[in-house]
Amino acid sequence: MENRTFTISVYSENNVGLLNRISGIFLKRHINILSLNVSESEIENVSRFIIVVETTEKWVQNIVGQIEKQIEVIKAFYHTDEETIYLENALFKIASSLLFDEKQIQNIIKDSQSTIVTVSRDFFVISKSGRRSEIEELYAKFKPYGIMQFVRSGRISVSKQKMEISTMLETFK
Amino acid sequence: MKISGAEAVIRCLLAEGVDLLYGYPGGAIMPVYDELYKFQDQLHHVLVRHEQGATHAAQGYARATGKVGVAIATSGPGATNLITGIADAQIDSTPMVCITGQVGKHLLGSDAFQETDIIGISTPVTKWNYQVTEASEIPEVIAKAFYIARSGRPGPVLIDITKNAQFDQLDFSYEKCTGIRSYTPVPKLNLEKVAAAAALINSAKKPFIIFGQGIILGQAEEEFKAVVEKSGIPAAWTILGLSAMPTDHPLNVGMLGMHGNYGPNLLTNECDVLIAFGMRFDDRVTGKLSTYAKQAKVIHFEIDPAEIDKNVKTEIAVLGDVKEALTALLPLIDAKSHDLWHNEFKELKKIEYDSVIKEELNPTNNKGISMGETIEMINKHSKGDAIIVSDVGQHQMFACRYAKFNSTKSNITSGGLGTMGFALPAAIGAKMGKPDREVVAIIGDGGFQMNIQELGTIFQTQVPVKIVILNNEFLGMVRQWQELFFDNRYASTKMINPNFVAIAEGYHIKSKKVTQREDLDAAVAEMLASKESYFLEIMVEKENNVFPMIPTGACVSEIRLS
Repeated sequence: MENRTFTISVYSENNVGLLNRISGIFLKRHINILSLNVSESEIENVSRFIIVVETTEKWVQNIVGQIEKQIEVIKAFYHTDEETIYLENALFKIASSLLFDEKQIQNIIKDSQSTIVTVSRDFFVISKSGRRSEIEELYAKFKPYGIMQFVRSGRISVSKQKMEISTMLETFK
Repeated sequence: MKISGAEAVIRCLLAEGVDLLYGYPGGAIMPVYDELYKFQDQLHHVLVRHEQGATHAAQGYARATGKVGVAIATSGPGATNLITGIADAQIDSTPMVCITGQVGKHLLGSDAFQETDIIGISTPVTKWNYQVTEASEIPEVIAKAFYIARSGRPGPVLIDITKNAQFDQLDFSYEKCTGIRSYTPVPKLNLEKVAAAAALINSAKKPFIIFGQGIILGQAEEEFKAVVEKSGIPAAWTILGLSAMPTDHPLNVGMLGMHGNYGPNLLTNECDVLIAFGMRFDDRVTGKLSTYAKQAKVIHFEIDPAEIDKNVKTEIAVLGDVKEALTALLPLIDAKSHDLWHNEFKELKKIEYDSVIKEELNPTNNKGISMGETIEMINKHSKGDAIIVSDVGQHQMFACRYAKFNSTKSNITSGGLGTMGFALPAAIGAKMGKPDREVVAIIGDGGFQMNIQELGTIFQTQVPVKIVILNNEFLGMVRQWQELFFDNRYASTKMINPNFVAIAEGYHIKSKKVTQREDLDAAVAEMLASKESYFLEIMVEKENNVFPMIPTGACVSEIRLS
């Protein structure tokens, strides 16, 4: 079975310590987490973890089973890239002088459909949402001019197919 | 009613039906101990000599009774000393609640005296854990702890309570937990799956049942026996499944796994349908997975969805409560006898008897006393009615291979974690949980010294456990591996032992040492006739090996008889 990229979605109670339990499941199997994002979900008081890993389908099934065993986990799913809509967000901090001295910078911003978040006397900040490859492409374009700071978020994703989580939670009421 | 958090802890335990707990006091748990003093007529606290002993005693109590075992300790070293027993309980699905004291909330994270992050440390080895920092949380958290520990696939839970929460006042009321929205302890049984399983079982020419502790945990012994008897299918047990069915039952064909019986292991790779009940295809059972039962269609009856297809790919997975599943299965299966198939087991049993068992149980080679014959002697005098608590090593394998059991919850051993030092405190817990049963701990000279201090607990509580040390002056199982796989290089496995009898007598425990075969019978008889605790040291053959054996990484059908 070959390695592929999987996005694991975990719906859980918002409890202290759960992140430790979930990360431990990956640690035990020596699987590196490529990206991790935790936030509120569409359901009140329910958190959603988005975890990206590269592994085999057998392992991801096994991991999802172990994650679901955790008391505070309501439901976990895994999807391939083709089964999800996903993106990351990145911020680029660049010296303000370049915005005026290097005309090409303005074209890069326009062509990449990124957004200027703020402009100050010393620096400006560009926000770009998209797939990893789009962000990396933008990084490569800015790099020759100098990037003061760069940060990229974990993947966020939604599945193309419906997840039965809301229906499941209804039954608990 | 306003009470302190510490009193709330005691009242919660009483509300959960706890009347016995094991522990060791210390600074961060002192308010709870102070309340224990006040409630000592309702809640009996057993002072162990080391916190690890508390967890193993709680495990022994839980395994013998089916109830939740409770252990209590202070913060820091007290809490970390619980970890081995918690890990053991986790892998062997033993219901246990551990309560630890913690430094005050205002000191958390400051590296205060005896502060450890026990929540972080215990996370990988608990079914659930929680740190209480406010007194008002105590009733709800303890109720959840007991519910989680005992429901579904049982396991250990740790509750860490800060000292301020023990001192502070709360309005006390207690309500048992009956459900948690994110937790489904028992998956709903799918009757279509049961019917499909029955159809596959009915079509099988060489069906084979393997059963684990799930039968015992699910209290499904009677339903299981009925299914085995009606279907006529040979059934073999995992080490923790032992005693779920009487050992001498004609359809019980023996033990699976590394030191299991010849027939069940070999014929795992011959059967056409393999039906697993409440077991998890542990690597000690399966050997090399890529060659395990490849010819068979596998049916797995299991409560834990994460176990399905984890190690062995199943044809049909029946999730749910095993008692309910067996009840649904019984009317759907055909009554058969599978005589020809049974004959294959019988032939292999004879081969194993002639080449291994006969000599082990009745040595003729003028060597020392064998471990097998000591177990057989205990069988003779206990008549299969004793609870046998075994430690870890060669003696454990001999005990599990040869001990006879008439009733369930009688074999208590450390299966998954393989914890040396388990048996002495676990036997204390088992005897306290089942005072009417004979409890015999069978321990090696190595494991005995890992928790030897619990002789003090036996002395102080006068709990009448029987302790049998099979002394070969070696770490026998490691020595066996060194002999077989490391060219006889006995690195650090020879034990220079103290005078065990003198030590036991130092704790005022009646003791005897047997060095000659002719003294064995009378010594075992005397031990079992004793109304008090009794220590029996038996000097056994130094370099005896446990066979059959499946070497690590080998296929189950590569099982060796010598």
